[in-house]
Amino acid sequence: MLLEKRGRTLLAKIWDQHVIAHISDDTDLLHVDRHLLHDLGGSRGLIDLKGRNLPVHNPELTFATPDHAISTAHGRVGTIKIGQELLAALRVETTASGIQMFDIDEPGQGIVHVIGPELGLSLPGCLIVCGDSHTCTHGGLGALAFGIGSSELTHVLATQALIQRRPKTMCVKFEGKLSSGVTAKDLILALIGHVGAAGGTGYAVEYAGSAIRDMPIEGRLTICNLSIELGAKMGLIAPDEKTYDYIRGRRYAPRGEMWRQAVEAWRQLPSEADAVFDREVVIDVEAITPQVTWGTSPEHVVGVDGRIPDPQAIADPARRAAIETALDYMGLKPGAPIAGTPIDWVFIGSCTNSRLSDLRAAAEIARGRKVAPGVRAWVVPGSETVKREAVAEGLDKLFIDAGFEWREPGCSMCLAANGETVAPGQRSVSTSNRNFIGRQGPRARTHLASPAMAVAAAIAGAIADVRTMER
Amino acid sequence: MPKPFNKLTAIAAPIMRSNIDTDVVIRIERLVGNSVRGTLGKWAFGSLRYLPDGSENPEFILNREPYRQAEILVTGPNFGCGSSREGAVWSLQELGIRAIIGSGFGDIFFANCFQNGILPIVVDKDIVDGLAAEVEHTQGAGRIGIDLEAQTITSPSGKQVRFEIDPRRRAGLLEGLDEILMTLRRDDEIRAFQAADRAERPWIHFAGKQA
Ligand code: SF4
Repeated sequence: MLLEKRGRTLLAKIWDQHVIAHISDDTDLLHVDRHLLHDLGGSRGLIDLKGRNLPVHNPELTFATPDHAISTAHGRVGTIKIGQELLAALRVETTASGIQMFDIDEPGQGIVHVIGPELGLSLPGCLIVCGDSHTCTHGGLGALAFGIGSSELTHVLATQALIQRRPKTMCVKFEGKLSSGVTAKDLILALIGHVGAAGGTGYAVEYAGSAIRDMPIEGRLTICNLSIELGAKMGLIAPDEKTYDYIRGRRYAPRGEMWRQAVEAWRQLPSEADAVFDREVVIDVEAITPQVTWGTSPEHVVGVDGRIPDPQAIADPARRAAIETALDYMGLKPGAPIAGTPIDWVFIGSCTNSRLSDLRAAAEIARGRKVAPGVRAWVVPGSETVKREAVAEGLDKLFIDAGFEWREPGCSMCLAANGETVAPGQRSVSTSNRNFIGRQGPRARTHLASPAMAVAAAIAGAIADVRTMER
Repeated sequence: MPKPFNKLTAIAAPIMRSNIDTDVVIRIERLVGNSVRGTLGKWAFGSLRYLPDGSENPEFILNREPYRQAEILVTGPNFGCGSSREGAVWSLQELGIRAIIGSGFGDIFFANCFQNGILPIVVDKDIVDGLAAEVEHTQGAGRIGIDLEAQTITSPSGKQVRFEIDPRRRAGLLEGLDEILMTLRRDDEIRAFQAADRAERPWIHFAGKQA
């Protein structure tokens, strides 16, 4: 029988290049090109390995940085005791294994998903894993990147390889031009609202379409970052000239003849025109308005000019109950407009939205305005390098003048693993990626939005439409 | 190394809300540190299990008899979505859970279950709903039977359904295999791959170095 020859997808090309051995029909042993470690799980994996009397297979392909458990106050004051212990253990264990670690106050330190692309460690066609579900972020450069658990992490340290089942493929095409006030964050939130938090489960999602082609790399990283929030472990975008321009000259990027070879290889990666995906979704970008979440799953999202849903209007009992529980937790009135909801906190940061372009977009709205009385607003740059670049542009001063607190790089309040929390019952507008119950602290209420929308909320003291503040 | 899994007949607790994320299964502050294993059972589903004053929430199913004895969870769609924290699985394991039946799970959570000898079973939503209804009908007394070898679930009333599972994962659970040692048996293949790849994609292997 002759097999019909179909064009290959970006995913298939990267996957096939990494197969060391076929394990079964749909499962392969894959080579890991980059393994990124952070403070929460990095030293634990290295200690596990030592306990098994095994060496790190390829320390030169492994990189570490502290981000989750360190304080983001000046001088790292107030780092919790366990955070200090994890930092010390990461230093000791990476040194013992010959792994490069980017330590606090050094260029290179930062949220692990911000520094990978920034340092030129994350490259097109590269297979990247990290013990963190937002590893999908690096897919914005055309890498196959995904989060792994602790056991898999130890497996990668020991073998530089991972057993994986080939995922199904989904293509999401974002077509059209972004309206004013609309960002990459709004596009991906709208998509999650459309397909649901499980819509991508079992798939690797490739984002394509004119809006993606037009989008700068940092926006593409934001899009891919939220892939896991639609259930997809992997999200990726074909590399193009913008990608190469972004990578060229970075600290770990190839140079000279190797650079030319690499770009030539990367140009072969994009999905072919006749490639077939298991599922395709087309999103008309022009219909998307600035988004904000109202509930406890990223799929609980509306346009800022929309209303909080009314469970009474939902026929399906399971869905109605879910919405009732979420509204109860969030302390919101069914059917009311979402704009105007008073807030206590604003958090600008996280691997979703803490890059220089995010801070510039936030600063643009903050400039010459003041944070509303009673609101605490933090800006937490994604990395030491982002921080230094922002300071060089005077963004720190601009934020401080507007009443924001300017912090040191790290995960901070995105996960609150370092003890930086939103108080119980308080309401936060956050540029991070999860509005889960208790995510920013026990009983904290989180609304996800773009950096510009977060600033608009800080200024108004309530969820507000950034389009009324644009200049 | 996971404990082998074969047959189980046990009390099951239906937790049917959709999108229960791993942050809800175990809060992050319980996982910060390198020696948390063994302390987590108490904190599984903490935000649902305890009231703000720290006392047990009598409404939460795992605080009621006979569900306190549950070794099986019957779950709503997309259970275990969200983070990669394997601590979510550890906390369930320490709570005594050995199998989870649902219509779909978070991908990373699903993989983490197998690493710890917990069997996650995916079946159609009607089957999940039917099992939950039967369990509730018996007020939790009716046990669910799981036979991994035969790939069957037996409901409290004796209805049997078959489930599908990746043969490799099934074998791994039945035998309690150590994946790291199995992969290291292929180390020659790994090294051969790397040798060839260094010539083909030197930029991967010589990061930051001049060729
Ligand atoms: S910023 Fe938040 S989502 Fe990103 S790696 Fe840190 S804790 Fe995880």
